[in-house]
Amino acid sequence: MKKLIEVSEAIDFIKDGDTLLVGGFGMSGTPLTLIDAIAASDKKDLTVVSNNLGEVGRGLGKLLDAGCLKKAKGSYFTTNREAVRAWSEGELEIELIPQGTLAEAVRCGGAGIAGFYTKTAAGTQLAEGKEEKEFDGETYILERAIRGDVSIIKGLKADTFGNIVYDHTARNFNVAMATASDLVIAEVDEIVEVGEIPPKDVVTPHLFIDYVVLNKYVKKGGVYVEQ
Amino acid sequence: MNNELRVKVAKRVAEELNDGDIINLGVGIPTLIPDYLGDKKVYLHSENGLLGMGPTPPEDEINMDLISASKKPITMDIGASLFDSSDSFVMIRGGHIDMAVLGALQIDETGEIANWAIPGKTILGVGGAMDLVAGAKKIIIASSHQAKDGSPKFVKKLTFPSSGARKVDMLVTEHAVFKFKDGGCELVEILSDISVEELRDITDANFTVNQESMNL
Repeated sequence: MKKLIEVSEAIDFIKDGDTLLVGGFGMSGTPLTLIDAIAASDKKDLTVVSNNLGEVGRGLGKLLDAGCLKKAKGSYFTTNREAVRAWSEGELEIELIPQGTLAEAVRCGGAGIAGFYTKTAAGTQLAEGKEEKEFDGETYILERAIRGDVSIIKGLKADTFGNIVYDHTARNFNVAMATASDLVIAEVDEIVEVGEIPPKDVVTPHLFIDYVVLNKYVKKGGVYVEQ
Repeated sequence: MNNELRVKVAKRVAEELNDGDIINLGVGIPTLIPDYLGDKKVYLHSENGLLGMGPTPPEDEINMDLISASKKPITMDIGASLFDSSDSFVMIRGGHIDMAVLGALQIDETGEIANWAIPGKTILGVGGAMDLVAGAKKIIIASSHQAKDGSPKFVKKLTFPSSGARKVDMLVTEHAVFKFKDGGCELVEILSDISVEELRDITDANFTVNQESMNL
């Protein structure tokens, strides 16, 4: 399989200062193996776009602890108190985006759409500095699309073409993020022969995926643990 | 607010839900509502990508890739469907959710709410709160009548950061039910042994009294 590469090769595509789109909602649907490898590298000044920043010492929390991050863009960071501390001490920039606006901004980024008007956050602190426009008597704000240099996403399974299926609610931001970077790397638990995933079950078609790596974690008791 | 009072609020909100409704429940009191629906069947939407959320699974069936928006393990009801975050917020923002039941830090007398940030404290989480406020067809606030320090939560004008210009439809507290309409607020029901005068004493917001529904 041409797309299957080692984790070490995969993270070589990430450069200092890059914007990374990282799938996941909390710890679910998070590419833990790729994150571990980035945390162990000397990459720095990364901007991470993700709904959360993992938890303290877990998931994306590891990139923060390892000093890889300059900025985080997402909807909810309170669950990682290290992120709150780093922000309050000026070590980390944070841009707060409503969850639905984040999802749509990334979707637009992958869809060739520069921006969109939304009612969400109109008239609030999160709309400060953003263009307002009235449509049909209601106020909307302009939100710009989000794109990344590299997306790292997490699927349950890939076939040898790179078609991806997901576990239950682990789809979350992975589906949009798979479309919205110059380079997209998918981490999966299992790789099967092309044809084994019924076409009607494919959620992310292979054209979005550049490379695939294997997850080194295994699921035990419903949670990913190190082997 | 003790659990008995939280349950009382949840039960009263449950009466407002209609059979067949698509519902999104916020954190706190709203999560108690599914236990008090009786024969009514509603479909619970979880913004991380599930319609048809079921109860907590037994320990040996937990899968942390089947979770609620509060990141707790859940199950799927019959007829459930899974989708990604973009589609989930198409449902929320696009007016496809019949009702959102949310908590609030403050509610003003016009029905505008603040439910994401406290001034002077670090503001690092908004989640889907503003999307639900902007897009749900109907919004009910389930809340304690006063803040923990006894100060009014139901106020003339918000002092906490607003969650959006959209006004909510109803407020249910342990003491009373209020409806919002045309920029004003009306008391429609009292749920405790409090008098209207006593209610005004612990409420900063102005409200009228619906004589008919109050049987006055």
